[in-house]
Amino acid sequence: MRKSVGLTLIAVVVFLFLTVPLIIITATAFGEASTIRFPIQGFTLKWFTATFASRSFMSSLGLSFALASYATLLALLVGIPASYALSKTTFRTNPRLRAFFLSPTFVPGIVVGYALFQFLVIQWRMPVFAGLLLGHFLVSLPYVIRVVGASLEQFDFSIEEVAWSLGCNKPKAFLKVVLPNIGSGIVAAFMLSFINSFNNIPVSMFLTGPGVSTLPTTLMNYIEYSYDPSVSAISVVLMGVTVVLMVIVERTLGIGSLAK
Amino acid sequence: MSYAVLENIRVSYDGKTPVLTDLNLSIERGELVSLLGASGCGKTTTLRVVGGFIEPRAGRFTLNGVDMTRTAVHKRNFGLVFQSYALFPHLTVFENVAFGLKLRKIESASLKSRVMAMLDITDLGALANRYPRQLSGGQRQRVALARALVVEPQLLLLDEPLSNLDAKLRLSMRVEIKRLQKKLGITTIFVTHDQEECFSISDRVAIMDKGVIQQFDTPEAIYSHPANEFVARFVGFTNFFNLTASGTGRCLNNLGEEMVIDEIRNHTGGQTSWTGAIRPDDIVLTGTEVSGTNRLTGSVEVRTFLGKSYQYELETKLGRVVVNAPKDSIFEPGTLVCAHLPSDKIVLC
Repeated sequence: MRKSVGLTLIAVVVFLFLTVPLIIITATAFGEASTIRFPIQGFTLKWFTATFASRSFMSSLGLSFALASYATLLALLVGIPASYALSKTTFRTNPRLRAFFLSPTFVPGIVVGYALFQFLVIQWRMPVFAGLLLGHFLVSLPYVIRVVGASLEQFDFSIEEVAWSLGCNKPKAFLKVVLPNIGSGIVAAFMLSFINSFNNIPVSMFLTGPGVSTLPTTLMNYIEYSYDPSVSAISVVLMGVTVVLMVIVERTLGIGSLAK
Repeated sequence: MSYAVLENIRVSYDGKTPVLTDLNLSIERGELVSLLGASGCGKTTTLRVVGGFIEPRAGRFTLNGVDMTRTAVHKRNFGLVFQSYALFPHLTVFENVAFGLKLRKIESASLKSRVMAMLDITDLGALANRYPRQLSGGQRQRVALARALVVEPQLLLLDEPLSNLDAKLRLSMRVEIKRLQKKLGITTIFVTHDQEECFSISDRVAIMDKGVIQQFDTPEAIYSHPANEFVARFVGFTNFFNLTASGTGRCLNNLGEEMVIDEIRNHTGGQTSWTGAIRPDDIVLTGTEVSGTNRLTGSVEVRTFLGKSYQYELETKLGRVVVNAPKDSIFEPGTLVCAHLPSDKIVLC
């Protein structure tokens, strides 16, 4: 009994540590003062309207969204076949290949960002969006390979062999029996990859260019010069979107895991 | 010409260690043939060569006269049942069974009737809308069987299909498999490591060891006339002794005593030495010493209780002999007994 009281206490402390800052940020978004202050004075929605009216916020939000979507899509298109191939390779080559594909997670983001900057921007003079897309694709890929790989490890490949024997050629069998059975892994990979790309700062910092900036970099730059609650307001919007996304995933994954 | 023929099949995964060496096997149409052996003997590899999952380094596989050695798996039209059932988890029982027919573009009314007919044969009609996770092991195995059979395969391949079931279910499933196989007349290859299961179900059995078929014959023939010592051990012979010829139709054991063996009449081919073998059940024990041919005196070393009988390990001049004797006369360890090896029970290999 005593032990569980101690555990509960620790859990509560950690929970507060995680949520209180978010609650405070949320509260500050509604304050009337022109700097972020807590507790707030008055109540207003003007920071929200200001945020939505701000061209730089909105364009960088759009860019971040597009970037995360494309990068994730690309990472899924490359990562799913790659992890499928990895799951079929022999034990001798597999660990090395796997380590190679996961290496962007081991190398610090700032190093990846700098390396890409050197190559894509300085050497090859790549357009800003293309550079960003490549960079984000690179940081997303390991998440896809790891998560999809984990669900492929659970997959009984004799199921695929049966599908072949019943008349499926290999691509068809992959689409008809492998893919539907690693669906939850793909959804999880999509979420992780999307969120990771959407939040990314180290790679984006190096690869953004004049007039093209992702939301996290715009926010950082903004806070350097002005400390008004519009940053809180956009944070609240992002949190809201994330919560909605999570609920949707929870619902669909819940149904998905029931069907397993 | 036989229906399914494997000729000089050679398989090696790394090019150095052979898995199958010059394997030959001929299966007649409608036959149920088992590949029997311990794990690692090459039986599953043989099945996978037939199924098209492994391409042999040398040799030919023909079916009904057509060379299929390099034919892709999906073009072979073979039914496959695995130990793990390998049902499609995201599809219902009906959809699982209909999978192969849908790929063959069967029009929907006839597809439905064929699937339902197969579900009825396999006693699954009431479960058509269930998902695999809602079924018991035996039901899953029947779905796997129905799914493989509904496409009317040219060959049915069963890879240890009963090993995941409990003993009672295994018994009824093997009767079920035999019944379906005979009813539909489908040529079948059955891989197993369980001798009893294999002998009860098969028309012919190939006993394998180290990638080589040691004997390919009917279960009865293998049981009573094992081709070599490996097969003999496999089918329950535990006592072996060396024999050398002494004139026509006669032979001597290591001690120079003559032994009378009925089977020697069938071995007229100039062979001068054999290994004789006898099952523990076939030796007759008596307490008093009786002189005569085929009798061995020995002392009881170990006695174990088997339920129906006692098993004795005897130390004799010919070495260790294992005997199963009925319960009515019990011999204590240390006592001298006489073992009679009936001349009609000794086999030569």
